[in-house]
Amino acid sequence: MLDIKDLHVKVGDKEVLHDINLHIGEGETHVLLGPNGSGKTTLLMTIMGYSQYTITEGKIVFKGEDVTNMKAHERAKRGIGMLFQRPPTISGLKLGKLLSAISRTKTENIPELAKSLHMDKFLERDINKGFSGGEIKRSEVLQLTMQNPDFIMLDEPESGVDIENISLIGNAIGSLLEKDKHIIKRQKSGLIITHTGYILDYLETDRGHVMCDGQIKCHGNPREILKDIKQHGYKECLECRNP
Amino acid sequence: MPQPVNVTEISKTDRERLAQTGIDLEMKNRCGSYLQMDQDVVHAECAEEGIEVLSYKKAMEKYDGLKEYAWKVVSPEKDEVTKYVAAQKDPKGYVIIAHKGSNNIFPIQACLFLGREQIQHVHNIIIAEEGAELHIISGCASGEHVGTGGMHYGVSEFYVKKNAKISFTMIHNWSENIEVYPRSASIVEENGVFLSNYVCMQPVKKVQMYPTATLKGENSVARFSSVVIATPGSYMDLGSRAILEGAGASAELITRAITKGGTIMSRGHINGKTAGTRGHLECKGLILKDGIIYAVPEIEGSVVGTELSHEAAVGKLAREEIEYLMARGLDEDEATATIIRGFLDVKISGLPEALQQQIDASIDEAEKSGF
Repeated sequence: MLDIKDLHVKVGDKEVLHDINLHIGEGETHVLLGPNGSGKTTLLMTIMGYSQYTITEGKIVFKGEDVTNMKAHERAKRGIGMLFQRPPTISGLKLGKLLSAISRTKTENIPELAKSLHMDKFLERDINKGFSGGEIKRSEVLQLTMQNPDFIMLDEPESGVDIENISLIGNAIGSLLEKDKHIIKRQKSGLIITHTGYILDYLETDRGHVMCDGQIKCHGNPREILKDIKQHGYKECLECRNP
Repeated sequence: MPQPVNVTEISKTDRERLAQTGIDLEMKNRCGSYLQMDQDVVHAECAEEGIEVLSYKKAMEKYDGLKEYAWKVVSPEKDEVTKYVAAQKDPKGYVIIAHKGSNNIFPIQACLFLGREQIQHVHNIIIAEEGAELHIISGCASGEHVGTGGMHYGVSEFYVKKNAKISFTMIHNWSENIEVYPRSASIVEENGVFLSNYVCMQPVKKVQMYPTATLKGENSVARFSSVVIATPGSYMDLGSRAILEGAGASAELITRAITKGGTIMSRGHINGKTAGTRGHLECKGLILKDGIIYAVPEIEGSVVGTELSHEAAVGKLAREEIEYLMARGLDEDEATATIIRGFLDVKISGLPEALQQQIDASIDEAEKSGF
């Protein structure tokens, strides 16, 4: 599904990601762990195609196609989608209108889908204006559901969300990633940034990666890595790589 | 049932130009009409009981010169425009009277069409008597054949009596050769509501106006909303003023201005003269191409107990917002147009749905061409 090869990324004059290599197969969901400021969100934004992240070396291959130089909308059309941690507020733009623009044809499903995420009362509200943490995430999941991407990146889907909403959001993300399908038939892939790991209670993941200082330092079973980090913190976790 | 307005001399193209200003010559969802082409009053009628739509001339004859109303809130000596209109021996324009207790659900449309090069002049008087509710959509357009120039001088006087309400929605569709000088003022009595909306998405050479509402009555309300785009060569000098005299009177002045190379002067003035009055003035501007947005918000309070505020901001489209929508699959142009459409989205409290839809439709029309 996604192949990142020898990727170097600059923001302004400063290199922030160094030599990233990552492979995510079809039907797989990976977890990206790492301390604040380690470059996790930068990696997701780079994969999405945000223009402030300049790829200086390496490439991003999605479903066999080199998307390194494509703009965000071209990547979105090919099936890359993202749940943003802090999406912008857009004054005057109604959530319902954006959903119609995203869906292009399937407008009749919008009220029903919105209801399933308890967002039916938000369709006439300006996007993210005065939304609580949980409402922002539900709005993001709703937009992604409309978009129906093949590869879904989730930037801290549980941050600022209460227990009740985590279950709602976790289950919705699970069905977006086809977790209800048999592993053989599953075609959707994902990459999740999490600090707490709460989201992992609602969906199984296949592999974990730890980022530090703009590099992926180690890989492994996501639950084991998370357990280690919870017990010993990132400092000790990463020391195992540089004893 | 209102009859269609029969105007064979308006070409199909010009009908479409008028339709963009909310004028429906088929009279669907309209309760009455006034149509003036150049200086000819083509049509003036209203099917609704209790509401009269008359030409200025007829109204003067019928109501003995409308002495209480004509030139009472706008002074004929105010400037060159009012002097010109006042000096006319054969004055044009319309008088709309919503008699006591009348209530129209559908708006009356007033259409001022400029087909030749000249000065079109009108003097309008709009009265909502006690408890009446009156909605007017004023569509102003010039024909496709108006060549090197034309001018529109319009004087409008509004009287909102006790417990009455007037909404006046003006949509302009002039052309780059036309200069427009509306001069209007209103008096709002106890519990009266005056809503004034202005939309201009199309090129115009010059618009200059500064409508004033004097809120004389207790708890009277005025809301001015303007949504405008200035294209290269357009000069829009737009203001609005509310004078808060009655206890509990309140006013809101909202502007959304976009320049694509033209000039917009966005003025506003709220004068709080009485305790217990409130006013808010808001101007948001977006510069898409080098041009000028010059916001001059003024608030003036002279007594303890008046509360006035203003906010003004001029800026650019946020890259973060554009890319957010691109990440959802919209290309850059679609994302930009969607954000601009949102910026221009002003929902006017108290305006009938049909009129809000008309305002939305005229902005949507501009969105189709990517603004």
